[in-house]
Formats: sequence, C-alpha cells, structure tokens
Amino acid sequence: METTILFAPLVGALICGFGWRMLGEHAAQWVATGLLFLACLLSWIVFLGHDGVTEQITIMRFVESGTLSTDWSIRLDRLTAIMLVVITTVSALVHLYSFGYMAHDENFDDAKESYRPRFFAYLSFFTFAMLALVTSDNLVQMFFGWEGVGVASYLLIGFYFRKPSANAAAIKAFVVNRVGDFGFALGIFGLFMLTDSISFDVIFEKAPELAQMTIPFLWQEWNAANLLAFLLFVGAMGKSAQLILHTWLPDAMEGPTPVSALIHAATMVTAGVFLVCRMSPLMEFAPGATQFIVFLGATTAFFAATVGLVQNDIKRVIAYSTCSQLGYMFVAAGVGVYSAAMFHLFTHAFFKAMLFLGAGSVIHAMHHEQDMRNYGNLRHKIPYTFWAMMIGTLAITGVGIPLTYVGFAGFFSKDAIIESAFAAGSGVGTYAFILLVIAALFTSFYSWRLMFMTFYGEARGDKHTHDHAHESPMTMLVPLGVLALGAVFAGMIWLKPFFGDTADVNKFFGVPYHAEEKHAGVTGDTMLLGAGGEDGHAEEAAHGDEVAGWTPGGGAIYAHPSNHVLHDAHYVPVWVKVSPFVAMLIGFGFAWLFYIRAPHLPGQLAANQRHLYQFLLNKWYFDELYDYIFTRPAKAIGGFLWRRGDGNVIDGFLNGMALGVVPFFTRWAGRLQSGYIFTYAFMMVIGIVLLVSWMTLAGN
Amino acid sequence: MTNVDFQIVLPEVILCLFAMAALMFGVYTGKDKTAPLINWMTAGVFVLLALIIGINGAGSNEAFGGMFVDDGFSRFAKVVILISAAAILVMSERYMQKAGLLRFEYPLLIALAVVGMMVMVSAGDLIALYMGLELQSLALYVVASLRRDSVRSTEAGLKYFVLGALSSGLLLYGASLTYGFAGTTMFSGIVTAATDGHVSIGLLFGLVFILAGLAFKVSAAPFHMWTPDVYEGSPTPVTAFFATAPKMAAMGLFARVMHDAFGNVTADWSQVVAFLSVASMFLGAVAAIGQRDIKRLMAYSSIAHMGFALMGLASGTEFGVQAMLVYMAIYVTMNVGTFAFILSMERDGQVVTDISALNQLSKQQPLKALALLVLMFSLAGVPPLVGFFGKFYVLQAAVQADMAWLAVAGVIASVIGAFYYLRIVYFMYFGEETDGLDGASNPAEWALLMVSAAIMVFGVVNLFGIEGPAMAAAAALVQ
Repeated sequence: METTILFAPLVGALICGFGWRMLGEHAAQWVATGLLFLACLLSWIVFLGHDGVTEQITIMRFVESGTLSTDWSIRLDRLTAIMLVVITTVSALVHLYSFGYMAHDENFDDAKESYRPRFFAYLSFFTFAMLALVTSDNLVQMFFGWEGVGVASYLLIGFYFRKPSANAAAIKAFVVNRVGDFGFALGIFGLFMLTDSISFDVIFEKAPELAQMTIPFLWQEWNAANLLAFLLFVGAMGKSAQLILHTWLPDAMEGPTPVSALIHAATMVTAGVFLVCRMSPLMEFAPGATQFIVFLGATTAFFAATVGLVQNDIKRVIAYSTCSQLGYMFVAAGVGVYSAAMFHLFTHAFFKAMLFLGAGSVIHAMHHEQDMRNYGNLRHKIPYTFWAMMIGTLAITGVGIPLTYVGFAGFFSKDAIIESAFAAGSGVGTYAFILLVIAALFTSFYSWRLMFMTFYGEARGDKHTHDHAHESPMTMLVPLGVLALGAVFAGMIWLKPFFGDTADVNKFFGVPYHAEEKHAGVTGDTMLLGAGGEDGHAEEAAHGDEVAGWTPGGGAIYAHPSNHVLHDAHYVPVWVKVSPFVAMLIGFGFAWLFYIRAPHLPGQLAANQRHLYQFLLNKWYFDELYDYIFTRPAKAIGGFLWRRGDGNVIDGFLNGMALGVVPFFTRWAGRLQSGYIFTYAFMMVIGIVLLVSWMTLAGN
Repeated sequence: MTNVDFQIVLPEVILCLFAMAALMFGVYTGKDKTAPLINWMTAGVFVLLALIIGINGAGSNEAFGGMFVDDGFSRFAKVVILISAAAILVMSERYMQKAGLLRFEYPLLIALAVVGMMVMVSAGDLIALYMGLELQSLALYVVASLRRDSVRSTEAGLKYFVLGALSSGLLLYGASLTYGFAGTTMFSGIVTAATDGHVSIGLLFGLVFILAGLAFKVSAAPFHMWTPDVYEGSPTPVTAFFATAPKMAAMGLFARVMHDAFGNVTADWSQVVAFLSVASMFLGAVAAIGQRDIKRLMAYSSIAHMGFALMGLASGTEFGVQAMLVYMAIYVTMNVGTFAFILSMERDGQVVTDISALNQLSKQQPLKALALLVLMFSLAGVPPLVGFFGKFYVLQAAVQADMAWLAVAGVIASVIGAFYYLRIVYFMYFGEETDGLDGASNPAEWALLMVSAAIMVFGVVNLFGIEGPAMAAAAALVQ
C-alpha cells in the first residue's frame, strides 16, 4: 500500500507527461488526477490505521559502495503518515483545482500548444519527489527527494517560460536552494564520516556519541552534534525559506497559483520543518543548533509578518504569511516540541492551501489581476470564494474561544507553539515568545487587510474587469470546500495527539513512553547520588544507562529526558495562553479601522512614516543587499572569467594554435615536401645525423 | 634443409611455390585474361594460409639454426598481413580492371611481397631480415609503378626505389657495424653482446642505422618523405596495400629487432623510438591539414598512426608490444575500410581523389557516408569507437613506462589530427552542393567498407578478442 502511494504519482506523471499524445489531453489529466486521489485515499487509510510503530518497507537495494550500503526503503512512522496525508490530500485537490484554473491560460496559445498535460505531469512528479522525501529511510534517499522537489519547483515556477520574470524567479529559487543544499550535503557527508552510515536508525543510535565528539570544520573544532545539526538546518533554511535564504519564496509566486498552493505553501516549503523533526534525535543532542533554530525561526516569523503588512500583491501577502508561519514551526521544533511543529505544519497545510486556492479563484475571477488595490467589494460577485477565504483567514489568525477546545485549526496549533516557546524558559525562548505574539498581531492585521481590500469597500480598478468578475467553476470550488473542512476541524480533532498530555503525544508518535517514566525516575535518583558523593562518574554511568534504555529513534520523534517543554507548555500562566488571542483581536481592530472605518488612514500613515513604509515595502532591502553583495560581484567575476578567461585566454590560445601555429607548420611541411628526391634524401641524412649525435651525446 | 626446418617455413614455401606455379600458368595460358582468376586464387591462398598459421601454429620454433623464428608474435603479424593483403586483392579487382591494370603479375607480385613480409616478421638473424626486407621491397617497387604509361606512377616507383635503396644502404651499414662489434648476425648473439652498460659505441651506431632503415619502412618522420608522393602516384589499390600489410610487417620487424637483438639496452633505443614517434605523430597531424588529395591525406594519416604505434614500442615493455600489435590490427582494419571507399570514388567514370568531391555525400549515398563517418571518427580516435581503444592502449603503455610526456604529446597530436578527419565528415554532411560522386561500389568494396565500419562500432565490446592473442604474441617476443 505504501509503495502504491509512493509510486502512483510517478506513474501518473509519466503517463501524463509522455503518453498524452496517445491518450488525449483530457484523459491524461484525469489519469494523473485519478492516481493522486487513489494515493490520497490510501494515505488516509495508512494515517488513520497507523499505530505509531515504525515500520520499514524495503523496495530495492539502493547503494552498495565500500562501507556505504543501504536499501531504498520506506520508513513508515507517524511523521511519515502525517506528511503522506498532507501531501496527497493537498496535491489531489490541487490537481482537481487545476482543471478549472488552467483551462484557459493567456500565456499559451491554446490552438498551438498543449501545456496542460505538462503542468499535470510536473505536479504529479513533484508529488512523487515529495513523497520520496518524506518516506525516506536514509539521508541520501531523502536528498534525492529533496532535489527532486527542487527540480519540480524550478519547472513549475518557470512554467510560464515566456515570461522573463518567471524564468528569473525559477532560477532564483533554484540557486538560493542550492546554497541551502550545500549545507545539507555537508551535513550528510559529516554524518557519514562520523557514523559510517546514512541510515536514520544508525545515526539516531549514535546521536549521543556525536554529542561527545568534536569535528574540525573551517579551521576550528566544533561539537559534532551541534555542527551537523546546524548544517542540516542550513538545508532546511533554504527549502523552508527562512531568513537569509528566504528571498526566493515571494518571487516563486510567478508560478501558476495552484503551484503556489501546493509547493510554496502546503508541502515543499515544510520539508525543512519535516527534516528538523525527523532528525529530532540528533537535534536533542545539539542544544546550540536548536537555540539557533529558535532564534532564526522567531526572527523570520516576525520579519515576514512585518513585510506582509504592506504588500499589495495578493499572492505575495500570502507568501510572506507562509514564510512567517514556517518560522513558527521552526520555533516549536527548536524548543523541542516537535509534535507542535508537526501540528502547525498539518493545520497550516489546510488553511494556507485554501487561502492560496481562494486567492487563485479571485485572480481567476478578476482575469489575472493580482494587485489588491484593484479589488474591492467582491464578496457578492464570488460568494463561495469569499466564504472560503473567510474560513482560511479565521483559521490563520487563530480565531477560537480561549481556554476551551473550540476554535479554528490555527488557533490550536499557533497557540501551542507560542505556549511552548514561553515554556522553554530560556533566553531565546522568551525572545521567540515575544516576537511570535507580535507576529500574531501582524498576521491578523495583514490577513484581515487582505480580506477587507479584496471583498469589502468599493470596487477599485478596471470597471470592465469588475463587471465581468465571475464565480469559479465547480472543479475549483470543491477543493476549497474540502480544505475548509480541514481548516475548521483539524485543530479540534487532532489537538490531543499532537499537543495533549505527554503520554498522548508519545502514544501517537510511537515513542516508548513507559521507558521514559522509569528512566526519568532513575535519572533523578542518580542525580542525587552524584550530588551526594561520587561526582561525575555515577552521572556518566546513568547517562549511558539512560541512553541504552531509551534509544533515540525508538519513535517518530524523540525528546531528551531533560526536555520537559511539552509538559510545561500545558502549565503556562493564563495571560500567556490568552496573549495570542488578544494580539489577534488588536490586529483585527486595526485592520478594520484602516480599511473599513477610515480608508484614508493607511495612506496618511505611509506618508508620515515614509522611511519605515519604504523599508517594509522593499522587504527590508534584502534583495538589494544580496544584489549588491553577491549577485553583482558574482556577475562581475563571471564576466571577467568569460571575457578574459574563456574568451581571451582559452579561446585566444586555441584559436592562435588552430589559426596561426598549426597552419604555419602545415605550410612549412608542405614546402618541405618539394617533390625532389634529393630533398627527401637530404632529410633522411639529417635524420640520421640527428639520431647519431643524440645517441653519442646523450646515450653514453 | 632438414625436414623440421622445412615444416616450420612451410607457409612461406607454399606461397612461393604458388606464386611460381601461377606465374607459369599465367604465362602459358591466357596471360592477362587469367588475371581475375589468379587474383582470387591468390586471395584464397592468403586466407587459407592465415587460417593454417592462426589455427595450427603453436609454441616457439626455430629453423635454420635460429635464422627463422616461428613464434606467437610472428604468427600474429602474419595473420594480419595475410588477411589484409587478401582484402586488398579482393577489393582491387574492379578498379584494376577498369584502369586496365589487372595484369596477372599484379597478384603474384603482391604474393611475393607477402612472402618477404612473412620472412621479415620471422627473422632471427640480420641476413634473414635483409632478405625478407628486400624481397618485399623489390616487389613493392614494381607494383608502385604498375601503371607504366603514367608519369606519376613511374615517378612514384622510381622515388620509392631510389630512396628505398638509400634506406637499404643505411640498414646494411648498420647491420655490418653491428656484425663487426657483436661478432655475429644472429639476434640471439647480438643480444648477449649488447647488454646494459657494456654497449660499445659501434654497436650503438649500428643500432641507429638499423633504426633509420626500419623507420623508412614504417614511414616514420623524418624518414617519411617518400610516403605522400608514392601514395599519390601509385594506383589506388597499390596505395591501399602500402598502407596496410607492409606497415604491419615493418612494425613487426621493428619490434623484433628491438626486442630480440637489442632487448637488453631498452633505455638506449626507447628514447630514439620516442623521438620518431613524436615527430611522426605531429608531422602526420600537421601536414595532413594542408592536403586536398585524399590519397596524400591518407599517407600523412598513416605517418601519424605509425607514430602512435611506435609509442607502444617506445615504452620498451611487453605491454607496449601488445599495445602496438592491437593498434596495428585496428589500424589495418580501418585502412582497409577507408580504402575500400576511396576505390569507389568516381565521377562520370573518372577517378576522383579530391576531398571536396565528398561534398554532400550523405545525401547521395547515406549508408556509405555513415560508414565513412564511423571510420573517420575511429581514425581520429573518438570514443567509443575501436580506434579510440587502440590509442588508449598505446597511451597506457607510454604512461606505464613512465613516459607520460609522450602520452601527452600523443593526445595533443591526435587533437590536431582530428581536424582533417572531421573535415571529411564536414564535407560529407555539411558541405556545399557540388557535383557529387556517382561511382557505385562493387559488392566486395561495399562489403569491406561496411564490415570495417561495423567492426569499429561493435568491436568496442571486446575488440573481437584480439587482446588475448596480442598479449600472447607480446609475451613470446619479450622474454
């Protein structure tokens, strides 16, 4: 069954991509979509029936080279199961949605070229690569999927290959991701170097040892676990668009909107979060790296939220929102509450995909107009889309009734993260808590701003477009409806297993929690003993014992015995629990004030605070900075090597040889071949003289 | 002549007797009318002898007190010589007939040249060496000027004769020096006289002069000057013959003298051979660029190829000899195919040799153009064709013998040389529209062209198993 899930999209991609001429365009699209719905159905069966115990399903021998020997197998545990449903559900719905969205595309000439099968094939191929990533049982297999999604993302961002901006965005995404992948690859190399394996099981088992080792890197000795965890996180930063490597995500919106929903909101960008959760046994032994993750995640969440405040392109607002929400997830993973990170990943997939698809529906209705300043008062023209977007907004802003178990999906998962950050108690935890609450306020503001600018107020922009605005076809509305269900209920249904009692969570993720209880006690005792007399020694023995009793990698996620953040998160003060809700209300209030009550205020504020406004509008000048620091010097070096190095030196040398030196000798040889026999005889004599002289002088 | 001796030289004797009997037959019957028959019979005898030698021969035998050696090395060379000579005879029939050159002496002269070659590669003595060499050369001087009424052909024959005489003189001078200082003409005696550190200067001189004589025969620079003129002037089938069997024979003799007679002073001659190798490779590559006549071009091509084969010898190792043998076998196969094509180059019944006549051949005769393309790529040494592996072998031999500089030079020369091979391909596929060729190949030419091209493609699997025999041959030569 798992094998079917993994390969159905690949089969779909191949049939659709290569077989559409035989099948016909329409049939090919339905094959790809049908296979994805099959995968989706099976995924839900796997997810609901999964008991939390890790299984390995071997498919074939993968690598056999020296000491590196590994299978291609599916690792099925709770993490994988969650990702399976997320990926296949969103992907299947996006496939369906694309029937409507891609029906007529002004970027292509319908009569002359078939772009739809290509689109569906790419989507299915992406899904396969993503599934390969999450089902991987070792790092190289994961890297395969990691690069596969990178390729698919590149192809889909640049789907409108006639648009220069789309090509530029595709290249940017690819290049920026390579930077992250470099770190990821280094991490894999390092792990292989130290553990002699790429298999998760082996690496997890050796994680405690890694924490004791040091590794030289960049002329310095580092703690192995910290460094490797950091390097892996660099890969995650690239894929999940975290600060420093985030610049590609907003530009990736050049791709068709269903792509944005699938790849750049629900699935691929969460691969980084998945990676950190997957490597939780290593992360738990790398306190330095996890602190960095928390710091960066919180900063990203804040940064992206501020930028989102002022963007005018509807997709860009949602893109920054995604970037921000990913920061939330990293904070949760960084403080050690991996289940909360996965929870937010899970719920976020639903409501963010829905927001994107809703935005797509709006764009579709408005004839590919994406600037929100040209929207307004659309709620009556496209009522279904409006309600879908409303639900999505309620979910992302975290609407719910505080201190109860009633609310939209985002309410639970976001609060879980904020509480965890507070409960972490450390310096970065507090930093993250403050930033995340502020970010929640901003999130609420820009989400409502989007709603108000699009659906309320007065119709702005081209009148003709507004008059012709129309509701989208059923193929586009059905996916919205299905996702709405998730956005409303996912939080309430799955709160307990993701963020309930430690025992519940452990059971859900297959962590052998009995062992934990026992060892928690033992650890406490030995700590006392150690304090009493035998310093160090007993503690070390206890440490070893504890590792033996509770091996990292036993479950889908791993929490170090000293990690009680999940437990503590349930006992934070009430003001902490309520703070995100209050932030949300404030954000809503401001949005209402700015865009319903007094629409002239935003303009005034922007004029008042021109520098701040420009700073945010230009995304903190990251692109300009990178352009100045990296792009231009790289182009200059490239230009130099091209013109001087390649053009003058290499071409010059070869051309000189080919056009000057060799023809010279050719003429010379031709002249020598005079046709006179005495010349020939003379040459032979010269040859003899030469050889004899040489022999006499050099030979003896 | 004892019975045992006789048995060892039996193939040569058979060929001699056949030549004489066929000569009588031709003279007393229909003279030139019998020529096609004799031509085919000679080819048949070649093939038969190749089979006998290839299948029956075993071990190392000596006849006439060591003057004649029959070992794995000589058998390998003889099989290549016989097969290639047979192929040339088969494909020359139509051309010779048309040019009015198909005299019954032609195949018999070839047969006698082949006897000479067989003696050459089996020589175990300076006198046997000279006898074989001269028997071969005299026959070749005659066939070079077979077209008696053509100025160019007679000029070619004369040039070849005069310069060949000069080289024979050099060789004889070297042989007599060697005899004077070693006290024997036997290779087995010379090799004991010429041991490391005790080589008298006279022996070294003798070595150099013998080398010069041999270099003339393999047409290695700077003793190559006769090659382009003779190749151009001779009738094309004769040119084809020059480019194949005698080259193998001369290379075999080269290796035999160097290893059997001077095998203990490898260091002394390997430098000289390396020089000849580099000079030939570069001269062949550079000078061929200026050629418009395909026969002259092939002359320079063969000079360059001899440079590569000499690279194998220059390494002075057993593997080097193996590499040389493999290289020569591949070279001969490629040249048979290429000349099978050149023989069919005609326009309005006239023979054409200008390479611009190949313009747009791919449109007129796609299959032949494709086959020639394969052969040209193979001659240039483009992977994955067999020609690449030949080069790879000799380069490897040079590298293993710590002569990386020689290998580098070889690579550079082959890059330069690739130009003129590729230019032919360019003409065939992208050239201007001109009057193309209209000559049709006869079945023999066509088959040899296609088989040769097919070998270049399919031989990549295991080179048709010639590595094993070549290795055994090399082992037999280098003890």
